[in-house]
Formats: sequence, structure tokens, C-alpha cells
Amino acid sequence: MTTSELQKVVSPVLAILIFVALWEFWVWYMGWPTYKMAAPSDLWPAFWEYRELFAINAWQTLWRTVVGLGLAVVVGTVLGMIMGLSRVMNDALYPLLVGFNAIPKATVVPVVALVFIGQHDFNTILIAFMISFFPISVSVAIGLSTLEPEYRDILRSLGASRFTVFWKIALPKTLPEFFGALKVAVTLAFIGTNLVEIVTPHGRGLGSLFDSGRIASNYPLMFAVLIALALLGILLYYIVVALERIFAGWAERRPT
Amino acid sequence: MNNLIEIKGITHAYKTAAGPLPVLDDLNLSIPEGGFCAVVGPSGCGKSTLTRLIAGLMFPDEGEVWLHGQRVRSPRSSVGMAFQNPVLLEWRTILDNVILPLEIVAPRMPKAKKEERARELLAMVGLQDFANKRPSELSGGMRQRASLCRSLVHKPDILILDEPFGALDAFTREDLWQLMHQLRAEEPFTALLITHDLRESVYLADQVVVLSGRPATTQFVLDIDVSGPRPIDMLYSTQSVEWLAQLREQIKIAQGRGGRKRAAA
Repeated sequence: MTTSELQKVVSPVLAILIFVALWEFWVWYMGWPTYKMAAPSDLWPAFWEYRELFAINAWQTLWRTVVGLGLAVVVGTVLGMIMGLSRVMNDALYPLLVGFNAIPKATVVPVVALVFIGQHDFNTILIAFMISFFPISVSVAIGLSTLEPEYRDILRSLGASRFTVFWKIALPKTLPEFFGALKVAVTLAFIGTNLVEIVTPHGRGLGSLFDSGRIASNYPLMFAVLIALALLGILLYYIVVALERIFAGWAERRPT
Repeated sequence: MNNLIEIKGITHAYKTAAGPLPVLDDLNLSIPEGGFCAVVGPSGCGKSTLTRLIAGLMFPDEGEVWLHGQRVRSPRSSVGMAFQNPVLLEWRTILDNVILPLEIVAPRMPKAKKEERARELLAMVGLQDFANKRPSELSGGMRQRASLCRSLVHKPDILILDEPFGALDAFTREDLWQLMHQLRAEEPFTALLITHDLRESVYLADQVVVLSGRPATTQFVLDIDVSGPRPIDMLYSTQSVEWLAQLREQIKIAQGRGGRKRAAA
């Protein structure tokens, strides 16, 4: 391992350790009991005590987020394609989408919960989808509509169909923008899932575990859930980064 | 009547919010098989519209475009195009970029055959060692060479060059001019070159057409009558200087500030 590689590993680890130490020191210095604020040393016992609940609920949160995000990718891409390839549809749909996106999703959660009463899985996935498809459709639409005409002409002049131009040029050219949006969307979908788990009487997912910690004033449990959520969020984010490397690695600037 | 391209009285106007914008007005042009025609004219005079009409990407309001004795009614696979922007696909290697037209024109040709053909062209332009590189790893001149290979890979009847050397530095440009003559010697093609560079038009073409300002019409045709090879010094011969002066004068007229007009005013 070279010094620069070592530095890449050591410096973030050091930053985390310093952060945790400061947190621990602060709680100790203020003399807070656990029902007021948790210190990092309280988290592991809380996690270990409820480890089974953590495993079950993390899985619940994870699969709903992934399904919601998958739906957002499919619907967002199709919407983006429609808007990117047709000016009329772009003009027609854009204000609608912006308005839809502007509504805080926390207000939609009770509406959805009332309309589809008791359908917890469906509701959660729906909110994860609704909160995350917007950046995907906008980026795909922009990627497609800003394609330079020459790119189209090199294939169109040979008699290629619109679909061929889309498949061979427009789609791959949009991939870097798509993955940029997916990184935003994955975080949003995760927020959406947790929002539903906390707001509705759901009983499933890390959000509900957080909520039961809140009701019991169990700060160690609440913070342990937050850490678990952070880890899950990091995992999802880096899965997207790995996919980006595979499918759009060509867009990355190589160090020269 | 052995002309490969025959453009008969084309007139075209774009529809804009402020009413029709005429760009071409009764334009006539013919290029014989194997000929090299350069089209020069003031900027914005409709030269790029002309290329799109020939490629069958657009159709004129009036007049006809004939290619190989057939009227152009749709895009045809016998056209090769290269632009000022080389528009290489960043996610493909240079070799795969050059192959692209074959994937459309000859989808059933075996991959090995396509690659063989592409490598042959890359060798001709001196890029044989760059076949597996990405476009971003190449210089501007090299990218334009690759773009030329792509436009020739399917052996088009007509090569349409829309200012392909416009964005290059002067030395690279001269290199590519000489390369065009080499390519033509090895694989004869018919070409239509749009350019703003009068020296380029005289050095490369057999026929230089000056278009008038918008709406463009054929204002002047100059035959560049040089047989045999054209070394770059050709541009400094008395004959070439005379041609350049003639073209310069015609451009001034096309821009609306020609000697004649000023005298009238």
C-alpha cells in the first residue's frame, strides 16, 4: 500500500474517531443520563440487546426502499424519455411535475395512508417512489433534449431509425446524468421509506423501531437506529456508485 | 450526364415565428463522379442546409436533388458525413467509433470483417496504434482523423464534409488537407466540402462554388484545373494566387460589399 492509499483509508477513519470522541466527551462533560442524551458507548449495548429487531427491520426498510427506487427508475426514465423526445410533452408535463415535486411528501403520507388504508407495504413503496422519481425524469429529459444534432445526423443520414439513434447514441450519452440523478434519488427514496415508517402506525422497518425508542425515551436505541440508517444509506449509495462505474465508467476523468 | 450529384433549382425557406426565412433560392450544382466540390460563401448563407438536403435529412420546398440518377427522397446509406465537431462517442473505443456506420448499413457483416475494414482506414490516417483508445485520449487533429475514417468506412458514394477542419490549428489543418489527397488516391470518392477557408477550397477541390448571401444561390463557379499530385506549395503558385484573388472578390460581392456595389452607391 502506498502512502497516498494509506492516507485515503486513515484520514476518514481518523475523522470519524475524533467525531465520536468529541461526542462521548460532551455527554460525559454535561453529565447527561441516558434518558436525556446517549453517548457513543451506550449505542453498542442497545444495538446488541435488540439485534434481532435490527436485522428484521433493516431488511424491511431495505427492500421497500429498493422496490420504490426501482419503480422510480422505470417510471422516471419513461417520463424523461417522453419529455426529452417531444417538445410538446415537455411543455405540457413540466409544470405538473414541478408542482408535484414541490408538495412536501410528509403531507402526502397521511393522504396515502387513508386512501390505501392498511396497505403498509404498498404505501411505503408508493411514497419512496413519489419522492425519488423527479430527479431521474428531469435528468433523462435534459440529457435527451440537449443531444447535439450532429450526433443524430451521423446515424440518421445512413437511414437509421429513431429507435436506433436512441439506443446507440442518446441512451448511452445520457447515462452519466442518469447516474448523477440516481445518487440523489437513492437518498430520497430512503427518506421516503423512513418517513412512512415513522409517521404511520406501521410497526415495521427501522423507522418504527426508532419511533418505539422515542416513545420509551430510549435514547441509546434511537441513536443506534440512526447509526444503522446511516450505514444502510451508505450501502445503498455505494451500490449506485458501483453500478455507475460499470455502466458509465467512461465518463470518469482519468487522473493524468 | 455522368454527374453523381445533380442539384436542380432548389429553393428552401425555414418557418420561423416571424414568417418564412428563405435560405436557398434557385440553387444549382452538379458534381461529377469522383469530383471534389468546395462550397464557400458568407456565414449563415445556408451551406449547412445544403448538406442536410443532399443527405436526405431535409427536403427542399422546390427543386430536386438527384444522387446517382435517383431522386433523393429519404436518407440513404451511400452518404458519409463529417462535421466541424468530430462527434465521436466517448463510451466507444476509436475502433468501435469507426465501425458505427457499418452497424447500420451492414448489420450482418461479421464483427471481424468490420474491424478489419476499420483498421485498414485507421492505418491510412496513421491511427493504427490508437484503435483501442477512447476519444478523450486523442488530440483534436487525431479525433478529426478518426471522424474521417468513420465517414468513409462504409465506402459511401458521396462524402459530405461540413467544415471538418475549421476548428483545427493551421499546421494540423495542412496535414489533414494532404491526408485528404492521399485518401482520395487510395480510395476514390466524390466529395462536397463546405468551408470558410479559400486556401482550403483551392488546395482540395476541382471545383469551387461561391454562394451568394442569404437566400443563397450559385453566384460563381471556379474550376481548379490542376492535374497530378498537389504538393502544399501549390498554394503559392501564381495561378493559385490569382484564383484566390478571384474568389476573394466574389466573396466580397456575396457579402454585399463588393467593388461593383460600392461603385454604384
